[in-house]
Parts: sequence; C-alpha cells; structure tokens
Amino acid sequence: MDQIQDPLLDGMTHLVSTRALTGETMLLNMGPQHPSTHGVLRLLLELDGEIVVNCIPDIGFLHTGVEKNMEAKTYQKAEVMTDRLDYLNPIGNNLAYCLAIEKLVDLDVPPRAQSLRVILTELSRLQSHLVWIGTSALDLAAMSVFLYSFREREIILDIFELVSGQRMMTTYIRPGGVWRDTPVEFEAAVRNVLKIMPARIDEYESLLTKNPLFIDRTRKIGVISAEDCVRWGLTGPVIRASGVAYDVRKARPYASYEQYDFDIPTQTGGDVYARYLVRVAEMRQSLRVIQQALDKMPFGPVRSNNRKFVPPPRSELGTSMESLIHHFKLWTEGFDAPKGSVYVGIESPRGELGVFLEGDGGPKPYRVHFRAPSFVNLQAMPLLARGHFVADIVGIIGSIDVVLGDADR
Amino acid sequence: MDEKLQPAVTALKDRLGAVDAEFRGQVTLTIPPERIVEACRILRDEFGFDMLVDETAVDYWPQVTPRFNLVYQLYSMKQNAMLGLRAPLDGNAPHISTIESVYPNANWHEREIWDMFGVRFDGHSDLRRILMPHDWEGFPQRKDYPLGYEEVQFTFNYNEIDLSKPYAKE
Amino acid sequence: MGVEQKLGNMGVVTMTLEQAINWARTNSMWPMLFGLACCAIEMMSAQASSYDMSRFGMELMRASPRQSDLMIVAGRVSQKMAPVLRNLYDQMPDPKWVIAMGDCASCGGVFNNYAVLQGVDEVVPVDVYVAGCPPRPEGLIHGIITLHKKIHGEPLKKWS
Repeated sequence: MDQIQDPLLDGMTHLVSTRALTGETMLLNMGPQHPSTHGVLRLLLELDGEIVVNCIPDIGFLHTGVEKNMEAKTYQKAEVMTDRLDYLNPIGNNLAYCLAIEKLVDLDVPPRAQSLRVILTELSRLQSHLVWIGTSALDLAAMSVFLYSFREREIILDIFELVSGQRMMTTYIRPGGVWRDTPVEFEAAVRNVLKIMPARIDEYESLLTKNPLFIDRTRKIGVISAEDCVRWGLTGPVIRASGVAYDVRKARPYASYEQYDFDIPTQTGGDVYARYLVRVAEMRQSLRVIQQALDKMPFGPVRSNNRKFVPPPRSELGTSMESLIHHFKLWTEGFDAPKGSVYVGIESPRGELGVFLEGDGGPKPYRVHFRAPSFVNLQAMPLLARGHFVADIVGIIGSIDVVLGDADR
Repeated sequence: MDEKLQPAVTALKDRLGAVDAEFRGQVTLTIPPERIVEACRILRDEFGFDMLVDETAVDYWPQVTPRFNLVYQLYSMKQNAMLGLRAPLDGNAPHISTIESVYPNANWHEREIWDMFGVRFDGHSDLRRILMPHDWEGFPQRKDYPLGYEEVQFTFNYNEIDLSKPYAKE
Repeated sequence: MGVEQKLGNMGVVTMTLEQAINWARTNSMWPMLFGLACCAIEMMSAQASSYDMSRFGMELMRASPRQSDLMIVAGRVSQKMAPVLRNLYDQMPDPKWVIAMGDCASCGGVFNNYAVLQGVDEVVPVDVYVAGCPPRPEGLIHGIITLHKKIHGEPLKKWS
C-alpha cells in the first residue's frame, strides 16, 4: 500500500494524517489536468470512503515569472504582461497597474477617461461573471447555461474589440487615461448590452436559482464563517456571501467610483448557494453602474496632458519640437519614477487585487508584486472542503472562482 | 497622515522603536525584524488590524545591509485603515519569525517568499516551494538570479539558434 | 473515382484505402481538454454557441487522454507543468496530433524568462501552430482545418 501512496506525495508527507500512510484512508490525486479544476490546479484529496478528510492544494503549474520579467522592461512595456495574469479580467489588471503608476508618479487622469475606465471595468466584471456562471453550472451538470452565457459574452467581447482591436488582452487602460477615444458606435453598443442583459440574467436565474437539483448540490456546501474569512484574508464575493459588506469600490474608492450609486449585495449563508446569489446580484449592480457612467460621461481629453509621462498625439509631432523630443524620450527610455513604494487595491471579480509597486528613480519598475485574490482565496480550500463528498469539491472550486493565472503569476 | 492610524503609529514608535514614513498618503512603519510578531500581535489585538492583505519581499542586491525588506500590508475592517510595515533583513541567508500564529493566511505568502527569495521563516509549519518544482535550485526573484531568457531568433541568426534549440522528435 | 463515371449513378463511391482512412480520422477527431491559460478561454468560446466546433466533428472534449486523439495545447507551459504534459502525450493512443495554440505554446510568446518553456515543441512534436495572443476562435478553427488538410495528405504507413 505504501508503494502506491509514495509517488503522489513528493514532499507533502508531513501534511497527510497517519491514517493515510497506513492505507486506512485513500489518497486521490485530482491532478493538474482535470475538466473541473478551472485551470491547472492539483488537489491531493485524502478520502475516507467518499468523504474528504483533508484536501491539500498544490499550485505553481502556471507560474510565469511575470514579476521578475516586468523588472526588465520599462513601465509602459511591462503593462502588456499584466493583461495575462488574471486572464478573465484583463482590463482590471491593467487598471490596477496603471493606478499604482499614477499614484507613484502623481499623475492626473481626466474625467472622460475615468468614466471610460469605469464602464470597461464593469463590462469586464460582467463578462468574468458570465464565464463563472457558465463553467460552474457546467461542472454541476447544467449545460445549457454554459452555451447561453458564452453567447452573451460574445456581445461584450465585440465591444472590447471595437475600442481597442483585441477581444481579450486589450491593454486599453494606460497610465494617464486610456489609449484613445472610443469610436461613434461605442455608445450604441453599450446601450444594447444594457437593454438585453437584464432579461438574460433573469433567464439564467430561472434555470438555476429555484432548481431543486441545483439547490441540493449547493446548499450547506463549503460553508465559511465571517470571522474565518477575515482571519484568512478572503475578499470578494466569498466574504460578501458570509455577511461582511466589504467592497474595495466603496471602502477605498478609486477611478471616480464614489460618484456612482450602487449596492453591495450580501448574503448570510456563507455556502456555495450564497456565493452564487451574490455574484448574480453583482451582475445586476454592474449594469446599474454602467448606465450611470454612460449617462453622465463628459466630453474632453482621454489622456493626461503631462507630456513627461504620456506620449503626445501623432498629429502634434509634425508641428512642435518639444512633442517630438517627448515622444522620442518616452518611447526609447521611458519615464522615470521616484524612489518610494505604493500599494493600490481594486475590486476584481475574484476579490481584492492589489499592486505593490516600488520605484527606484529609473525607468523600470524595481519591484512589482501582485496581491492575487485567487492565491489568497485558494489557501482556505481545506477549510471549505473538509467533511464533504468528493462530488462537492467541484462545486466548491467553482464557487471560489479561482483563476490559476492569477494565483501562480 | 490618516488620523485613524495615529494611535497605532504612536504606540509602535514608543514600544518598539519603529520609524514611520509617509509617501503619497500611505504610512509605512519600519520595524526591527526580531520584534515583528510582537508588532503584529499589538496591531491585531489592540488596534483592530484584523486582515493581512499582503506580504512580500524586495531585494536590494548588491547592497547587503539590508539586503531584503519584508513588506506587510495590514488592514482594519472596522476603521477602514491600511498600514504598511517593513522589516529589513541582512545577508544572503536571512531568517525571520513567521507571523502565521497571528494571521493564518501568511502561510502561503511566506512559502512564496521562501521560494522566490530564500528568506527562511522560523516556526513555519510547512516551509517548502510553492511556485517552482520542488527540486528547483536557486531563488528566482533575487536580483543576482538571471532572467533566463532565450535569444530571439531573427533571420540573420536563425540557423545558429535552431541548432541549439531542443526539439522533441517523437 | 473513375469507375462510377463509366457505370453511371449506382450509389457507390470509390476511393483508395488511404483516402478512406484519412477521411474517417479527420471527421470525428476528439480533442483532449488541455486548456492551461488565456487561450483556453478562447478555446471554450470556439466550442460554445457562436463559433461552434461541433460542426467539424469535435462534438465533445474528452478529459481522459486515452479516449482522445488531438491535444490542443492552449496556453503557456511552465517548468512544473512540462513533465505532466509529456506524460499525458505519452498516454494518448496512436494516431495522435498536437496543435500548439497561441503564441506561448508556439514560441514562448510574451514571456521570455526562466519559468515558461519557449515553445511546447521542446517537449512534444507539434503538427500545427496557431498564432495569436490569444488567437480568435476563427483562427483556431482555421488551424483545425489546416490539420485536417495535413491529415488528408498523410501516407498510410505513418501510423501502422
């Protein structure tokens, strides 16, 4: 029996109980390639029959070395890598990184750019929740929701392609504002989304919320209390489903979120069903914010005028000598950031995404660290999974909404 | 400085000899590394900083004293206040006590710092590599570890690089 | 197809054995779920309603390597994942093909550092490379059709 258990363990022998080493409980490897682990996550399950006694997550299968690689590039060039961290919310990653740069160098952002940032971040939150609802319902064997939610997602990805040319990794939000102004079809496309989405969210709810099979598979599964959430640093829909109304957009507002009126949906169950309800309610609140931002959007420039950090528009290069010099310096050397460090947190669909940025007076970031919500949320996996059946593990992973690109960086 | 942070900052300055600094409206306290667990306990129990938001390290090689700075971000839910702590560490094989007993989620953060920087945490329950394979040698995010990039293949050097690239044949 | 031209419409098609086997292999190729990172999301989009891959025979994605014949490596392969990738490739039965989807699988992509394999062809032999970061679903479908064309030209001796 020991020979079968040994290759699974490589270095984790001290974490499993003695019952596993003698063969009384079974060690099962839910390996990196698995249809329901939402990415390359390895879980070592210790099973007593069908009940999970312990669950040890093993990550690192998608480690990309982004933080070290960004130290070798200038601030603008390094932004391209931030899209690919939490790949279901690329605009949010860009926003967090640009907010950190703007705080470090003390750069202003014009109001039209703030509105555009809010609209795109909320659209990104909406499409991330659509992927979540599609894949976690698929794991719990509700296949039609997957096809419907990806159909809606195509409409939102068309809007991203309209403004930036890319469906997912847009790099549209840049330090000082956004890349360029939106084309004329943008407003009509966003209003179309606002018109059709409420009915579609009702459609998903009609399939899942009162479905007795769905409720059976999600009620009282993966319960975590509010105190445990705070002790383990869990943020996002997980903590809101346990009763604590903590949302970084309300607690430490950024990018003009204080101007908009929206609620923070909370539930008290703390189980998988409560997290589902919180995320569906968040989708509706996102639509509210987009509506307000679109109605109140002012006219004006979309990028800061500070030529020391923001390259000038191409039209000026033929007429002004200083513009040419600024353009040249910015694209060859990059801008210099002062010595000092900042920490900026935003609310990503998974929780608090934080960027710790330290500058050293040069054009390259001296140290960039991403406080990844999936990394912190996944740590609490053993707490959530103990005592449940193997079939519930799939539902629990779906409800935490892990994105391994975020956890492994 | 945020007035909500003032009592905590004054307490730590008096009792532990911390040095405070403010940059862009954010407060950072530099704490001697031997007293970090005490500082975290005081902040959590007396001043309500109940969530450890982030824990990371910065490498200042080739400067050896201090070579590393451990950075902690603490957040208080009730007062809505964020405080940063820094602990300077010297030398190439530094070690510091773990704050896992105060904030349980420091477990994986400290494993990542061990994996990437080689800072040992005394008293940690499970110190092993988390992001790299378990038998990897070296600490990748140190400044003296090479980036490990491969030379870009253009048309002028296509053949030379092609010969040295490992291709799988079957 | 010469015989039926002379004999008229008898409801019979003639072809060589090679063509028949290659036609059968392409029309119902089951991919193995190997979505690693961002390209996996575009692969899921390609499988879902708007860009349906079931039209090309890929009705479902099999999680088990023993039951699939195509491995679409979608996403960056890190140092820890490379032995797992090779293991899964070895577990697939012949005939098997590999599509490297996206820039990271083809050549390392944006990430030129210690942690990412510079191209998945360092570990497994690749048949088709699809470029893009991430490639559009239409790009992936183009890659699959290219693979089908490649298989149609395969000689009979390759897998036997």
